[in-house]
Amino acid sequence: MTALAAMLVRDMRIAVRVGGGALMGVLFFLVVAAMVPFALGPDLELLKRIGPAILWLAALLASLLALDRLFAADHEDGSLDLILMGRAPLELVVAIKGVAHWLTTGLPLVVAAPIIGLFLNLDGRAEAALVLTLLVGTPALTFIGLIGAAIAVTLHRGGLLVAVLVLPLTVPVLIFGVAAANAVSSGPAPFGTPFTILCALTLASLVVGPFAAAAALRQEME
Amino acid sequence: MAIVDLANPSRFLNLANRALPWFGGAVVLAFAFGLNQVAAVPDVYQQGATVKIMFLHVPGAWLGMLGWAVMTVAALGTLVWRHPLADVTAKAAAPIGAAFTLMCLVTGSLWGRPMWGTYWVWDARLTSVLVLFLLYLGVIAVWRTVEDPSRAARAAAILTIVGALDLPIIKFSVDWWNTLHQPASVLRGGGPTVHPTFLMPLLIMASAFTLLFAALLLAAMRNEILRRRVRTLRLLQASAVT
Amino acid sequence: MRLTASNLACRRGGREVFAGVSFSAASGELLAIRGRNGAGKSSLLRTVVGLVRVAGGQLALEAGDPELTIGEQAHYLGHQDALKPSLSVRENLQFWADFLGTGAAAIGEPLAKVGLDTLADLPAAYLSAGQRRRLSIARLLVVTRPIWLLDEPLSALDAAAQQSLTDFMRTHLAAGGVILAATHGGLGLPAAREVWLGQAPSPLAGEGWGGGSGAGATTSTPAPRLATPSGRSQREGGEES
Repeated sequence: MTALAAMLVRDMRIAVRVGGGALMGVLFFLVVAAMVPFALGPDLELLKRIGPAILWLAALLASLLALDRLFAADHEDGSLDLILMGRAPLELVVAIKGVAHWLTTGLPLVVAAPIIGLFLNLDGRAEAALVLTLLVGTPALTFIGLIGAAIAVTLHRGGLLVAVLVLPLTVPVLIFGVAAANAVSSGPAPFGTPFTILCALTLASLVVGPFAAAAALRQEME
Repeated sequence: MAIVDLANPSRFLNLANRALPWFGGAVVLAFAFGLNQVAAVPDVYQQGATVKIMFLHVPGAWLGMLGWAVMTVAALGTLVWRHPLADVTAKAAAPIGAAFTLMCLVTGSLWGRPMWGTYWVWDARLTSVLVLFLLYLGVIAVWRTVEDPSRAARAAAILTIVGALDLPIIKFSVDWWNTLHQPASVLRGGGPTVHPTFLMPLLIMASAFTLLFAALLLAAMRNEILRRRVRTLRLLQASAVT
Repeated sequence: MRLTASNLACRRGGREVFAGVSFSAASGELLAIRGRNGAGKSSLLRTVVGLVRVAGGQLALEAGDPELTIGEQAHYLGHQDALKPSLSVRENLQFWADFLGTGAAAIGEPLAKVGLDTLADLPAAYLSAGQRRRLSIARLLVVTRPIWLLDEPLSALDAAAQQSLTDFMRTHLAAGGVILAATHGGLGLPAAREVWLGQAPSPLAGEGWGGGSGAGATTSTPAPRLATPSGRSQREGGEES
């Protein structure tokens, strides 16, 4: 197995075996989405209008969950030292860890979204648009999150700092993701425009995230 | 052999191994009888055959609540009496109860769609059952996340007892609030309002599902005891090698 | 192959940890790094590996791979074990074999050498501290790298395991490897002393010890007692095992 494949397999194994596995993120997603009707009241029409936005916010928060342990766990047990001494470029290693995080946290959210959309009274077209935007947008959330996780790596309980750092950076993704998801149910704006921009944001984050995170890791280690 | 002797895990394993085949047989017979009765039930005026979802939906609700009740008793056993089998019972019952609650939610949703025009509505009955389901998932998460089994047991026990507050809320939600879900029709003061043609098959199916619950619980408890033994053996193995 | 440091200096957290450290280690040589607690032994090792930035001076590796940094040609055995408790022994070692090496390495033999082959499928969480240390040592065996940097390698090991490690070190040196080992006390049982073919006492800065007193020592010294500068206030008990 190559170095990067080995890293992917290891991270996925750990994610599945530790702390309730991939389902913890989905459970959080479900709970957060279920909280909203308690706060807003059971008005189904209202829920239908803001449903995509709620689910996007919930997906964002659920993605943040596992981020702070992404690098901190390796830092604490000395694995990060050895990773820096490996021959695989750190940027690629960081990207692979991002892929593992998305597969175990982001992708389950995308799969669970339609079911939770039912609770918020979304119809078929709205659900399809939502799933598509989440599918394209959650990798961006993960890869932008890599930057915050790398900056906070030396902190033992850096979860809140990571959230504070990452959330502002994800604002564009959130705006265009929700705009695209809403476009099918309301308004004259077409789905394509915000969706294409969302794709562009994701592609950019796939590059910027690993480079920035690797640079941050190197800074922190010294 | 007094019933308290069952507290010994080995004795319990013995009993479970001998009892399970009988339980299995009883479950098959009960379902055979029950489904036979269900097939004989006539279609209803507006809903047609979809009314027969009731024979899955109602037992699912009852057993979801029964599962939590079993867990609550087990939780008391863990916290108050430190009964060795209490932990095992609580851990084994959680996924089974969650599955029945999920069956209740899904069948109810499918039943409600043609009747109410929506898959879901946030009325008191549905919401409190959803809360029960989330509580189940939370307890299962505690069992899976906390490494040490006895610490997990105590944490889960506290959560279970607090969550038991949901059970009376579910039961009386249709009385206390104005709900889309229909009011109580079986367990109510004044007797059931369900027509006997439907009541008998319902009770038979409920009994069949209860037997299924008991059989699954026994099997799950047996598996959990065996799983703990494997863990102990592995720990011993690690410490035996120098 | 020769690893050379000239006037190496290190700063951490705004304070100077050591300065003016020079040494040289050639193939087959074991360099013992001594000093009291806090003298910077670990920092020196981490500086050589590249985990800490060089604040002054130079590090050079002759006859190594010019495309790789020193760290990419070295093994680092620090205080931490770099093991994931939820993975099995086998999975942990296989990961490092694939990540640090070429991926073709067989892990059965290194596991057997450290005596963990019977526990290969147990989760690493079930191992004792000594067993975890041995699993880390197996990492040095499964991937071949010429330079070993060991930080207190014999700590957490019982006598048998210490003997094994000494044997591994001996094998590594015989194959032309270089070892830098930081240690408080002896580097092994008395028999291990013959293993030391060359050592450069490098007392590190902290209390005005100034530059290293042994620059590029290549003498074969059977005894563990290093040539210490006079006036050194603290002396390790090198005899104890």
